Amino acid sequence: MSDDQNKNHAEPHVTFRKVQKSYDGKNLIVKNLDLDIQRGEFLTLLGPSGSGKTTSLMMLAGFEIPTGGEIRLNNKIINQVPPHRRNIGMVFQNYALFPHMTVRENLRFPLTIRKLGATEMDRKVTKVLDMVQLDEFGDRYPQQLSGGQQQRVALARALVFDPELILMDEPLGALDKQLREHMQMEIKHIQQKLGLTVVFVTHDQSEALTMSDRIAIFNDGVIQQIGSSTAIYERPANPFVASFIGENNALSGLVETVAESTCRVRLDSGVYVHATLGDGVVQGARTIVSVRPESVQLNVQSLGCANRMGGYVKEITYLGDHLRVRVELAGRKEIMVKAPAAEHKHRFDTGDAIHVGVNPEHLLALAPTASA
Amino acid sequence: MTQYSATMPAPLDTAPEASLQSRLRRAERMNKLKYGALILPLAIFLMLTFVWPIAALLKRSVDNPEIITAFPQTSALLRGWNGQALPDDGVFAAFAGEMAQIKGTPVLAAAAKRLNMEVPGFRSLMMRTVRATPLEAGASAREVLIDADPRWGETATWQLLARNASPYTMRYLLASLDHKVNEQGKVVATSPEEAIFVDVLLRTFGMSFVVTVVCLLLGFPLAYFIATRPVKTANVLLMAVLLPFWTSILVRVAAWIVLLQSQGLVNQALMHLGITDHPLQLVFNSTGVYIAMVHILLPFMILPLYSVMKGISPVYMRAALSLGCPPFRSFWKIYFPQTLPGIGAGGLLVFILCMGYYITPSLLGSPNEQMASYFVAFYTNQTINWGMAAALSAILFVATLLLYAIYTRLVGSQNMAARAR
Ligand SMILES: Nc1ncnc2c1ncn2[C@@H]1O[C@H](COP(=O)(O)OP(=O)(O)OP(=O)(O)O)[C@@H](O)[C@H]1O
Ligand SMILES: [Mg+2]
Repeated sequence: MSDDQNKNHAEPHVTFRKVQKSYDGKNLIVKNLDLDIQRGEFLTLLGPSGSGKTTSLMMLAGFEIPTGGEIRLNNKIINQVPPHRRNIGMVFQNYALFPHMTVRENLRFPLTIRKLGATEMDRKVTKVLDMVQLDEFGDRYPQQLSGGQQQRVALARALVFDPELILMDEPLGALDKQLREHMQMEIKHIQQKLGLTVVFVTHDQSEALTMSDRIAIFNDGVIQQIGSSTAIYERPANPFVASFIGENNALSGLVETVAESTCRVRLDSGVYVHATLGDGVVQGARTIVSVRPESVQLNVQSLGCANRMGGYVKEITYLGDHLRVRVELAGRKEIMVKAPAAEHKHRFDTGDAIHVGVNPEHLLALAPTASA
Repeated sequence: MTQYSATMPAPLDTAPEASLQSRLRRAERMNKLKYGALILPLAIFLMLTFVWPIAALLKRSVDNPEIITAFPQTSALLRGWNGQALPDDGVFAAFAGEMAQIKGTPVLAAAAKRLNMEVPGFRSLMMRTVRATPLEAGASAREVLIDADPRWGETATWQLLARNASPYTMRYLLASLDHKVNEQGKVVATSPEEAIFVDVLLRTFGMSFVVTVVCLLLGFPLAYFIATRPVKTANVLLMAVLLPFWTSILVRVAAWIVLLQSQGLVNQALMHLGITDHPLQLVFNSTGVYIAMVHILLPFMILPLYSVMKGISPVYMRAALSLGCPPFRSFWKIYFPQTLPGIGAGGLLVFILCMGYYITPSLLGSPNEQMASYFVAFYTNQTINWGMAAALSAILFVATLLLYAIYTRLVGSQNMAARAR
């Protein structure tokens, strides 16, 4: 899980060590959180609602005090540092622009507190307004801006005082799809240009996949997996991650034999398959083999695959560039297959017998979720 | 950026500006008409029950019907008089004729009372004169009148009539500001021993101001406290704030008398605690008035403050902190300015209610604490001088309007945000 971090030899910008948080003294909302955030990294916290993402972010910002463990910034423990001394920029979900101040006044606010000179202040404000392309809107009040423009102002305000790092809690949640995708690019560009360390919280997995250097998948106050987008998508560490990120077919079975990096699994339907060995999978244990719909081959394409099974077509949905085919395998297990439309259109129909094939590198044998 | 810029408002200063603007205005006018139709019943109701009575009352403050009804002809003639020498015989004749006509009617009594207000003793002058009418045929009106009372031979007497020969007068309004029109027709200050109303008005404003400030100082922290509680607790606390409304004002004032009198609970408690060794004078002076007024008006401050504070998201404070602003300064720079509409509304409400307060000061205060409304009641109930009552009310009313104008100006420019919303 930590192989990504080894690439970066500099000491982490932020570290969480055994951080715990409980609001009521009974339930731990965040359980033993260990997390290293590298300098200049774009880290996304992704997970279902209530999994403790905001809570973790708020502890880093200083608005919540950890019940246990320590948080370090630049190797200094900051558990007791009040939020206004942390020098951390924050973008809130509803932007929290001060309604009684114009855009410029909003941007000047953190600089006034830092007692900057007037010319220096104007220079910074103009520069940051320019960066978010809002030069003409400086004298407007936040209510006179569109959602996307407010979002940019919020970003500019978090950047203008050169903070240590930037935290964003679902900053794009209130925007429509097109604008959101546009802002994702813009935020990413600014982050790369300035070399900022960003911790980003989102619900939206495609947002996480496109923007992040690394993603931390949260569930029930525990990080399930942390890694790059490709690592998370292609090599999920457990069934939770596999099903949470993207679409996934899960079949349960028993591990028969284990080789170096592969294993032979007897599925509950009695079929044997070869699969890639996941973390913590041992001989004789139960396992869940997982495969993405787009990695399943049909009919002719399945001929070269190491694992082949027969089934029936239950349903076909045409989606323009691809087909979604629901296939019932032996033992009444259904899997979803995503196939390029050009190769398969009109080749089979509902109710037809069909061959499905999966190569072992796309079939992951995972330990049944024990952590959650 | 390109797709995005489509959502920005297109600059308005391009070629088809005029037509666009007129179209916008037309669209807005249609909207206004629609809303106008909806509020029409309310508007009519307000007209009948609110605007019209107030307008009628305000008119009373300048009404001067008595002389013109009693002596329409004389009044018309006197308006053309130069006011230097005695009026000519025609005026005397008309006056004597009209005197005869209204002899023994309430119209005469009203006119006599009205003139007596300005020049004491005028009533008896009128009564003596009327006895000399009607004139015998052929007699000179001038001689008969001057014979009845030599004052008819003085220009000042006629000037008094002439001054009141118009249907409107500034007399009451001037009197409310301790001014009057002297015999030369000039506006002068009333003599210091008669001047009381400026003091009364200033006292009214002063006391209202003090009560408002105290209410604000007490109400602001309380409203903040309630607004930051969880909903359940907040509801209970709000109930407690509203509790006083469940009993009548009279009962509450009476209760204060019981509590604050020299043998009352408060004094006994103070003496028990050794804070004082003799009873403090807490009632029938300004202390009692202030205590009771603040108590009665506090909810009117708390409620608007609370509703405004409730709408201020706690995220703003967090945002300020995250930007490096220390907690107290964040409160002052970010939270407090957003409560200004509430402070304005609550302050205005309390101040205006306070200016009209009558029962509390009249029961709990000494004569030195009586406010303008006491005199309004005095003139309506005791001397039946509608003119003075209306004039004092008018001045309070105008002051209120002025205050409101200042308030909207201040809040309007300060809180541009609220307008844009
Ligand atoms: N101030 C609080 N007091 C008590 N419980 C809280 C508080 N804030 C959060 N919680 C609880 O902590 C848990 C985690 O909340 P958190 O806001 O961190 O979730 P999240 O991962 O950000 O979820 P979402 O994606 O919905 O924002 C939730 O069950 C929530 O009810
Ligand atoms: Mg959250």
